[in-house]
Amino acid sequence: MQARNYPPKPKDVYLFGTCLIDLFVPQAGMDAVRLLEREGLTVHFPQDQSCCGQPAYTSGDAEAARKVARAQMKLFAQDWPVIVPSGSCAGMMREHWPKLFADDAAYGPQATALAERVFELSEFLVHVLQPDYSAARAEPVKVALHTSCSARREMGTRVHGLSLLASLPGVEVVEHVRESECCGFGGTFSLRHPDISGAIVRDKVDSIAGTGCQRFITADCGCMLNISTAAQHRSVAVAGTHMASFVCERLTGESA
Amino acid sequence: MSARASMLSKLRACAPATAPDMPDVAGYYAGRPASTQAERVERLRAELTASHADVHVVSHAGWAGAVAQLLHAQGVRRLVRQSGAPGDSLARALPPALQASEFGRPLDEWKAELFEQVDAGFTVADCAIAATGTLVHLCGPHMPRTLSLVPPLHVVLIDAERIYATLFEAADGERWAARMPSNLVMLSGPSKTADIQQTLAYGAHGPARLCVFIACEQGEAA
Amino acid sequence: MSKHPMQFVPTADFKERARGALDDDKLRKSFRGAMDFLQAKRRNQFSDEHERESLRDLGSAIRKYALARLPDLLEELESKLTRNGIQVHWAENAEEANAIVLDIMRRNQARRMIKGKSMASEEIELNHYLAEHGMECIESDMGEYIVQLAGEKPSHIVMPAIHKNKADVAKLFEENIPDTPYTEDVDELIQTGRRALRRHFMEADVGLSGVNFAVAETGTLWLIENEGNGRLSTTVPPVHVAIMGMEKVVAKLEHVVPLVSLLTRSATGQAVTTYFNLISSPRRSGELDGPREVHLVLLDNGRSQAYADEQLRSTLQCIRCGACMNHCPVYGRIGGHAYGTTYPGPIGKILSPHLLGLDEAGDLPFASTLCGACSEVCPVRIPIPDLLIRLRNEAKRNPNETVATPLRGQGAKHSAAERVVWQFWSGAFKSPKAWKALRWGATRLRAFTPGAQAGWTQHRTPLKPASRSLHDMLKDRDQPE
Ligand code: SF4
Repeated sequence: MQARNYPPKPKDVYLFGTCLIDLFVPQAGMDAVRLLEREGLTVHFPQDQSCCGQPAYTSGDAEAARKVARAQMKLFAQDWPVIVPSGSCAGMMREHWPKLFADDAAYGPQATALAERVFELSEFLVHVLQPDYSAARAEPVKVALHTSCSARREMGTRVHGLSLLASLPGVEVVEHVRESECCGFGGTFSLRHPDISGAIVRDKVDSIAGTGCQRFITADCGCMLNISTAAQHRSVAVAGTHMASFVCERLTGESA
Repeated sequence: MSARASMLSKLRACAPATAPDMPDVAGYYAGRPASTQAERVERLRAELTASHADVHVVSHAGWAGAVAQLLHAQGVRRLVRQSGAPGDSLARALPPALQASEFGRPLDEWKAELFEQVDAGFTVADCAIAATGTLVHLCGPHMPRTLSLVPPLHVVLIDAERIYATLFEAADGERWAARMPSNLVMLSGPSKTADIQQTLAYGAHGPARLCVFIACEQGEAA
Repeated sequence: MSKHPMQFVPTADFKERARGALDDDKLRKSFRGAMDFLQAKRRNQFSDEHERESLRDLGSAIRKYALARLPDLLEELESKLTRNGIQVHWAENAEEANAIVLDIMRRNQARRMIKGKSMASEEIELNHYLAEHGMECIESDMGEYIVQLAGEKPSHIVMPAIHKNKADVAKLFEENIPDTPYTEDVDELIQTGRRALRRHFMEADVGLSGVNFAVAETGTLWLIENEGNGRLSTTVPPVHVAIMGMEKVVAKLEHVVPLVSLLTRSATGQAVTTYFNLISSPRRSGELDGPREVHLVLLDNGRSQAYADEQLRSTLQCIRCGACMNHCPVYGRIGGHAYGTTYPGPIGKILSPHLLGLDEAGDLPFASTLCGACSEVCPVRIPIPDLLIRLRNEAKRNPNETVATPLRGQGAKHSAAERVVWQFWSGAFKSPKAWKALRWGATRLRAFTPGAQAGWTQHRTPLKPASRSLHDMLKDRDQPE
């Protein structure tokens, strides 16, 4: 991960909603829009968007990933930042699209240029918008944080998540053992190697449950769905909330 | 085609046309703060002690007596010593009951004896590395390779003047690259293993005990 | 000596073995304990983040430089070693390497070999080969000795017996070493091993070892260890044979300085190991001990395939510290044996396809979440997840497609059915209309979401689409595009 330069606060941004949020957790996307609008931005959502291509990319089908990525690239024609409410998808667009098109004279430069303006939501909030949440609800709450591995390594999402949560009054983040360890999702890995994936996520659920928090916050829907459904399967009271939704929840009472 | 020719030709066929610049190892280690001899002695002592060695800081005049005392206290009956002046001084300081000989013959002639009957080996380290608590032996005609390895107790004398701060400084200062002995051994404690359930145990195959005598001006006389 | 020699297991039944390992509570405890221990020890060694990262940069640059000049350096190494009196042999594959070692033994009328730790010898299955030719081979590294007594293979490249606990070893020694009472006292167990192996060091005709680094500049073999068995194996027998993967050469003696520091700190969290054994020649005239002959076998065995590809070449930067496995969530759950390959864990997944072919490597490149814990700790910065993705592509490529640097077993995981799935997938996601239709179907028909979803629902409740997609919700509020 390279240290990056952040732009000044813009007027307009794009939202790239990601396929998982789109289908399974759309409220997280709505909450992301709300947080961006709260800071006075106009949020553009190109309706033709779908997915960053990560599932095919990590499964070893670069061609399929390229097809999907190409279709997205042209949707973000204006020079506005592209905000992604998922660390691993943001990482895909920022780190891997340029590699995917490295040998492509037409799309290569486009991918590289676009990568420069891709931001994970909490990163963009913390570094660019610097919102004032001091008037948010103050009653104390304890939560655990989970960061997707690729998001932490490629996007520094853990640090951004921690500082965003720290800007909310009353929120205490409880560390769990082996917080930095993978949750076992790994995209198609969870389908291809269900036993190993199941063993890893089991430990992750136990680790979160061990803190006494029933709730974990994450900026990644893949991990969130993985951990939450695995906990549910064993009737362990642990459930995930998307970072955007959690921040909105703390802001209720504020006029939306 | 020979395996050699085939392997090399495969590699040559796809080796990059140009190599990157030679990495600058000296540059990396340059500019570290210099240390004093006293600091190096102290660091060497501390690191070796942490590695489970017995370390004694002694005077140039007193080291032989100190070693003799230790050997006696350890109940050593048979010692093999490195040939040379320090070994001779040690021999003079030893009680008559303690048999101390030089390595003397090729190992092949007395392998079993060395393995089974010798209690301790005495060597003089060529130099040392403070940062890691390491003693360097240049094996050759006067420093058999097995002397620091086979007997269960290894006693080493090191002159405080010969302590370097780091491995890089030792390799550089001693110009090892230009004069490699047949076997250069760096040792940093008694033999050990953690192969059973990560539990540290000493005396795996080499000496179970390492006693180090650092001889310097400020050392204690025995 | 091993009573039930462990079969070299092809990777075909990886899933099966992984399941077995997951069900073995004792085994999982052993690994969990070992992983936590090794991770903590490494962390303590690298408390200064800046120092760690700059040293990793240097280590990586040194290995890259050596690989860029590999053919030259191998020739230089050969000429310097030869000048020093060490005989150099070249082996393209395991058979050649084994035959070379056997030939050296026969020419010396040797019958007994004592072995220091060598993963390259595991890779070529030297013990098995020599036993078939009537030679006795004894492993002398405590971990390797334990594994050999049990008729197994190492489960870790640095700590071969990491899968065993004290009680396992106590039982093994009691049953296999005469006059050994059962004890779980580790000091006593080690002393028992020491006594049992002493005679073998004395009597061996040949000592075999691996090599950590070979220095072209000086013609030096740099060996690293804690126990002293490596020094005994390379010093006491009249003949010493070293075997190493040909990528382990470095240009300059000073280049090893940062590499050893990275290696020992990353591997076992030690600032230094007990012994660095730098061998530059056999016994010279006037010397009283040391082997009269020293041989080095340079092994290719598939490495040149990795070398041929610019991206995959970085696999050969590896200095075999094992940190990638110590930090791997998959290795930590299933242990080393499940992989069925000499090199387990992340390094095994990127190396085995070259040693064995993508077909034999089977599931290995796919058995990773790509979490990146491995590349985060790798002291020479090998981008392991990127290499895994690349290998996945090669395994799925059409076997008949011609590419610049083909890999053995290309297309081993090529599946027409899966191609169709991804084609359908990319069709759906690249076309806004198709994705819209799919969203519509998934959200409106959510009541019909299947309760069993491939491997997902084995350990999780089913995924159910929301009743309205984000697209729908934003359309409703006239979100600008
Ligand atoms: S790949 Fe890196 S971390 Fe793994 S063994 Fe090799 S050098 Fe160590």
